[in-house]
Amino acid sequence: MPLPTHARSTLRRDPLQSRWLSPLLLLLVWEGLCRLGVIPAHTLAAPSSVGSTLAQMIGSGDLPINLAVSLRRAILGLIIGATVGVALALAAGLARRGDAWIDPLVQVKRTIPVVALTPLFIIWFGIGETTKIALIAFAAMLPVYINLHAGIRGVDVRLMDAARSFGLGRAALIREVVLPGALPALLTGLRYALSISVLMLVFAEQINASAGLGYLINNARDAMRTDIIVVCLLVYALLGLTGDALVRAIETRTLAWCPALVEA
Amino acid sequence: MTEALRSPLQIVPDPLPPEPVVRLRDVSRAFGATVVLDSLNLSIAPGEFVALLGRSGSGKTTLLRTLAALDPPQAQDIRLPGSRATVFQDARLLPWKRVWQNVALGLRGRDARPRALAALEEVGLAHRVDAWPLTLSGGEAQRAAIARALVREPELLLLDEPFAALDALTRMKMHALVLALWQRHRPALLLVTHDVEEAMALADRVLVLDRGRIVAEERLLAPRGSRGAIVRDLRATLLRHLGIDVGGAAYADLLERHA
Repeated sequence: MPLPTHARSTLRRDPLQSRWLSPLLLLLVWEGLCRLGVIPAHTLAAPSSVGSTLAQMIGSGDLPINLAVSLRRAILGLIIGATVGVALALAAGLARRGDAWIDPLVQVKRTIPVVALTPLFIIWFGIGETTKIALIAFAAMLPVYINLHAGIRGVDVRLMDAARSFGLGRAALIREVVLPGALPALLTGLRYALSISVLMLVFAEQINASAGLGYLINNARDAMRTDIIVVCLLVYALLGLTGDALVRAIETRTLAWCPALVEA
Repeated sequence: MTEALRSPLQIVPDPLPPEPVVRLRDVSRAFGATVVLDSLNLSIAPGEFVALLGRSGSGKTTLLRTLAALDPPQAQDIRLPGSRATVFQDARLLPWKRVWQNVALGLRGRDARPRALAALEEVGLAHRVDAWPLTLSGGEAQRAAIARALVREPELLLLDEPFAALDALTRMKMHALVLALWQRHRPALLLVTHDVEEAMALADRVLVLDRGRIVAEERLLAPRGSRGAIVRDLRATLLRHLGIDVGGAAYADLLERHA
């Protein structure tokens, strides 16, 4: 959050205003309570033991292997979902007939929580990878579709007129005006899709997973290993953060012309 | 009809007209019950500088869109040249393309960039060719828009109130620029404007549009630069056609009369 310069300079001098302070304090209190035995290890492991478990899980290859399995699910689901979302949004956004055909279906789909489709998906696809990826894809599709569709519809008609007055045909209009104009909206949709796909990953991995972060968590639950559970929660959080940073990086590269970035 | 077109002050016989580049005959347009263009006739000769005055809602925008062929074609007697270009009031540069790419928009061939650069040089924007449009000032954006129109070497150049949003000093510079460019390239030029002074300073011929018809037409035979003597009466005539009766008053005295 930007602060006026005078406020920022006082901030630098006053360590009690540091934003790191309260999380750090929380960790210390948490550690202290665990060491004193107020919080037993089977309720919540101490930060220090979470740290050593993390190192050990990385060393043994447990974490990398299962993380790779989870990543594959999330990425495949996201790619499939985003691709379908982009295709539908293009078809609906660029052609009136496409809109009449596709948009009602998507709006119907929107009213059904994806989680509620799990039983059907399990009947159709079994309890293997397909169901997990399908759930993630199905959930990730929606924000991509909705944002890109709105972005295409929201492209400035005055710019369209100008481009047409310079003799651009339909294909050139779409390439030069509609798609670049809708790109910011697409990236917003992609960011939502990313966080939703992590969310759906967590949910889908509760379904009888035999590998992946969810599998690690389920096993840890049975063994009351709260340290492993916390490690996995950290990794989930990290996944979300990384995805967000990725889309931000794409945004700064492709949206260099945007007013917010141009002024900066 | 011709009687209505003549002003009582300046009756000038038409010179033998060359084949016009623009010819509209009895062109009408209506949106629902609202008649926007009402059997309008308009001819523009090659290389002629025409200014079109009109109040808001007089049909200027629709006429301009007709001339730019932006509205779906209808069964009307309209002849337009093949190469046209438009400069809009808001420059309408694509914000995601650099300035030179905007100028080169829709150009074909390998020489698109050098042509765009040459056009930008000509409007005095050579130092901003790689800038993003949103970083341009209003005057710079309008220069880029003019370069974008010019680079097509149009037979018909349409200017839709291109100076309306600029400050007075920038506007004067732009007037001079447009005039110089017109004299060098000689497209037929239609300038749509609210500004009577602007019209009188720049154009060969001034038209007044009202309720979808051309209700007045004035030729300015005096060369640009020595029009001081005629503008006073002409301004009064044109303003009267726009619905303001000022007699011979200067603008400074005008508001009090209408208060």
